[in-house]
Amino acid sequence: MFDFFNKLFKPVQPSGATAKERLRLVLLSDHLALAPDVIEALKRDLLVVISRYVEIDGANADVTFEHREGEVAMLASIPITGVRPRTRAESPTESNGVPRFEPQTAVLESRALDEPQQPELLAPPQDAAPVQPPITASPAVAAAPGTAPRRRRRRKSAAAKHAPPPAKQFNASAQA
Amino acid sequence: MIRAIDEPSGAAENVPPLGRAIVITSGKGGVGKTTTVANVGTALAARGARVVLVDADVGLRNLDIVLGLESRVKFHVLDVLEEKASLDEALVRDKRNETLYLLAAAQTREKEDVDTAQMKALIETLRARFDYVLIDCPAGIEMGFKNAIVGAQHAIIVCTPEVSAVRDADRVVGLLPNDWRPELIVNRLRPQLVRKGKMLSVDDVNGILRLPLLGVIADEPNVIVASNRGEPLALDPTSETGSAYRAIAAKIAGEDVAAPVVREPSGGLFAKFGTLFGGRG
Repeated sequence: MFDFFNKLFKPVQPSGATAKERLRLVLLSDHLALAPDVIEALKRDLLVVISRYVEIDGANADVTFEHREGEVAMLASIPITGVRPRTRAESPTESNGVPRFEPQTAVLESRALDEPQQPELLAPPQDAAPVQPPITASPAVAAAPGTAPRRRRRRKSAAAKHAPPPAKQFNASAQA
Repeated sequence: MIRAIDEPSGAAENVPPLGRAIVITSGKGGVGKTTTVANVGTALAARGARVVLVDADVGLRNLDIVLGLESRVKFHVLDVLEEKASLDEALVRDKRNETLYLLAAAQTREKEDVDTAQMKALIETLRARFDYVLIDCPAGIEMGFKNAIVGAQHAIIVCTPEVSAVRDADRVVGLLPNDWRPELIVNRLRPQLVRKGKMLSVDDVNGILRLPLLGVIADEPNVIVASNRGEPLALDPTSETGSAYRAIAAKIAGEDVAAPVVREPSGGLFAKFGTLFGGRG
């Protein structure tokens, strides 16, 4: 009974709008199916971000897309193998089976994703502004990631350039 | 914008500039590719350009019917490729336009019978003799499609305001060479349905495809009447659709043409007057 009234008073969407929505979804789904390299890059980035918080089994992770009624959904199945210590870990390295985080957004357009990763090009993921040369050259950054597990994201402040004491660095990143 | 001649005339001084080969394609069948080829070709020829229409839909010959030339076809594309007939024997001159020619498709053969390299060479030969080579592409994205695009430098996508047609058009655009910039003709638009929200609008279609808009053709009964008679509407000076085809031809020829507007056929009395005075049943 309720259903009947619901149907009676529910505003009917003109079929043109329905067509537009169906078209949007079907093309979304088509384009995802046609872009395996983009999906691969997305999966890679996803694993890196998640592995900052939990330890994961990257080799057995699976990312798929499902075309549902009214939406296209991304489904990620990523086995978790352990929990990271409370302090947020440094960018993970390849040693735990997960690649380092390198933002792929710029690369997605060119679809050139198979290039080997270059550690010296590694930039802090959330830094939208270009990395300043003095920082890249600073001894703190030149050290391979993972060798100083307690070090946090570098700041672009002048203080960071001169390798400030750990306490100060900790405060700086806490604001981030 | 398409130009009549875009190629440099080559190293040798006496090599004539090549014409432009344009493939008309859509992915989906039944959206009006053949009608578009016939009308745009007719309109281009009516402007004085030398035009050849190549029916690449091997096995399903149709372009001759739409042009009303079916009784004049003696040889077809494959006869030329297999040297059973010369190009001049196979080219059928249009009844109305002296500068318009048709190269018909083989009716009893298959698309796989066409050699891609030979097809490319044939289109090149035609480009040396004509200002425009319009290629009517078969539906689908298989061999027939590949043979139809192999000699072309440009594509016109024909799409109707339907979900399936837009999806296929999107797929076809992805299969064309990367450096092409295909243009779009939205075919069979019904403005009154769009106004009522019952049909995808030109903006809806092109919001997805994002191609330069070459023209919009209304879904009007006279298109069917013209097809029945084998007389392309592009030659009918009283037809708004004919005028839309002529505008497309002008745009292809490099003229600045105003953005296409499809007027809603006025209902009631006014429409009846229109039929009385101008329309042809």
